[in-house]
Amino acid sequence: MLNTFTRLENFGHSLDAPAYVVQPRNGVDVYSVFKKAKRLGLTVTARGAGRSYNDAALNGGGIVLDMTAMNQILEWNPESGVVRCEPGVTLEQLWQRVEPDGWWPPVVSGTMRTTLGGCLAANIHGKNNFKMGVIGEHVVEFAAVLPTGAEITCSPKKNADLFYAMIGGYGMLGVFTSVTMQMKRVYSGLLSVDAYPAPNLSRHLSALEDGAPNHDYIVGWLDTFASGAALGRGQIHAARYLREGEDPNPQETLKLKNQILPPMIFGVFPKSILYQFMKPFANNLGWRMVNLAKYVASLPKHTFRQPHAAFHFLLDYVPNWELSYGRGGLIQYQSFLPKESAEAAWTEILRFSQKRNMPSYLGVTKRHRPDNFLLTHAVDGFSLALDFKVREATRPRMAGMLREFDEIVLEHGGRFYFAKNGETTAQTAQAFYGEETVKRFKKLKKRCDPNGLLESNLYRRIFEG
Amino acid sequence: MNHLSEIKPATPLNPRRRAIIVGASVGMGAALAKKLTQEGYVAALVARQADKLNALCAEINAAAGETRALAYPHDVTHYDDVPNLLRKIVADLGGLDAFVLMAGINFPPGGIDSYNFDHDRQMAEVNYIGAMAWLNPVAEMFQAARRGQIVGVGSVAGDRGRIANLGYNASKAALATYLEALRNRLTRFGVNVLTVKPGFVQTDMLKAAAGPTPFAIPPEKAADDIYRAMRRRKQTLYTPFFWRYIMLVIQHIPSFIFRRLSI
Repeated sequence: MLNTFTRLENFGHSLDAPAYVVQPRNGVDVYSVFKKAKRLGLTVTARGAGRSYNDAALNGGGIVLDMTAMNQILEWNPESGVVRCEPGVTLEQLWQRVEPDGWWPPVVSGTMRTTLGGCLAANIHGKNNFKMGVIGEHVVEFAAVLPTGAEITCSPKKNADLFYAMIGGYGMLGVFTSVTMQMKRVYSGLLSVDAYPAPNLSRHLSALEDGAPNHDYIVGWLDTFASGAALGRGQIHAARYLREGEDPNPQETLKLKNQILPPMIFGVFPKSILYQFMKPFANNLGWRMVNLAKYVASLPKHTFRQPHAAFHFLLDYVPNWELSYGRGGLIQYQSFLPKESAEAAWTEILRFSQKRNMPSYLGVTKRHRPDNFLLTHAVDGFSLALDFKVREATRPRMAGMLREFDEIVLEHGGRFYFAKNGETTAQTAQAFYGEETVKRFKKLKKRCDPNGLLESNLYRRIFEG
Repeated sequence: MNHLSEIKPATPLNPRRRAIIVGASVGMGAALAKKLTQEGYVAALVARQADKLNALCAEINAAAGETRALAYPHDVTHYDDVPNLLRKIVADLGGLDAFVLMAGINFPPGGIDSYNFDHDRQMAEVNYIGAMAWLNPVAEMFQAARRGQIVGVGSVAGDRGRIANLGYNASKAALATYLEALRNRLTRFGVNVLTVKPGFVQTDMLKAAAGPTPFAIPPEKAADDIYRAMRRRKQTLYTPFFWRYIMLVIQHIPSFIFRRLSI
């Protein structure tokens, strides 16, 4: 079982770590891997779809549990909207199962390829974080296997301490074996989307704040190349569900064929090779032009209806788009800031990256609210996610720049999200989690995993570095 | 629970290539250990003598201001220990990008009348069988990962059988052929195999040599050459470079002449 290595990468293709990959089929298999790891002195990490931008699902030189074979939807109740799944079920499987019955997952990521286990481990948020919170808030209960061999069930009432720590715990306390979640009722397969421009950062953030209460989803695109008075300009997409009766023919719009993203552009051009045509643009000049064109196109304010899948899963629109960043791959830097200090912090950050001539190519903003999970990343404020291309020549300079970003974010009371940020140090993590939180997490870790079997590259970076 | 707590973890902007050097405590191995760690590698140093190894690691880590070298005492003729040790090292390093096989022994050649099976056997056991004990599992790992670099240090002495040191010539020739076979197998999996053939290098091994040792270079020079060849993913490296031409001539001396010569 542990003879050959597989090279695993992060989603951004900017980091690789070989590991012994094992594919468990149930909790018993997971426990037998724990026993074997202990005997051999190796560590174990669970991996879902491998869509984390950084090192959350990597375990260099150790064992990686490939959870994708545990991919059965175990129970679905179209009356109550409660679904029970194995952790390797993807959001794609999930929405395709529940949507025709008039339900939709309450929280989804920007890609549908992620697994539920991975979504819970990172406690993902969607474009509706300000309203629906993180995915953990919709988990009725979950079952997990601990490295001690214990099989536990957790809910907000039962084993509550572990419920609030394992969700968002990046798989460092145990491995999920099933997840029970409540879906959200929808009355149409379409969303009503308002799109409008924001001419600068201040107006951008107030548009997110003011637009949120009247919508179910809100997301901003930020032109990372705009400077001076236009710094932080962009476009807001705010969407709301259609009310019962608003869609004259919901049976039709809820059908899968009206949701699935078309594999062709204009009906003839396969999207699977589109990323190849993006490669020539994956440089400072190319993306400057793309950002400019996008802003100009965003100027007219308009409202339209769009299928759920098309609105949510923007990252799936161009398959393999991450490969267009070339050999060094890409990294994402996402910071969460309280609404009072976001503008000041991001003004500094955006100016800084432009001045250093290492601009981000893509910026995305969202509105957030805090939650009760132990390792939470959310704040009452906003987040800004920035994509950066990794180049051999600029690696050390970019690392230095991100360290400065970290300081700016900490100074302004911000937080980080580890499905995204791959350079954050243990000191920075301590600083925003707070000593008390880290201590509590380590105490739970000691209880669930006394031999320290569960370790990922992320864990070693954040909790041991 | 392992050395990793000492080593800063790899990140996209600080990827930290990882190497194993077998035969790292003295001479060319030690020089290459210093070179690779200066270039940002994290290196696992494997050799018999624990005290020398620890001193070298301490020196490297003090110079770098952080942990870049880890010591693993091991005798390459303890073949059965290799798989477990390799697994442990790779877990400690968090992966592996390059494997350097430097371990080798040579006995001062006797005269034309001297035959010493014991010496020949030891050279075969270290230089060739010990090499295979490491190269096999490393190659298997790199092949599965479809990435990696193997560096094997042979010798110009393996290019032609000469009268002075039968067992040494044969062990280095065997290693070179093994590396060539490995290269032919692994290139298709994206793995680079570099065979290094040093001429005379000013090491302890050279001090033991009888007879002339022309053009001897310091081990640091050899290490620089090896690092450059690794970066360029070369197939064969003679160091210093002119040995390639010397050996080209020597290899083409017809046997009816060569067997009458005293080289």
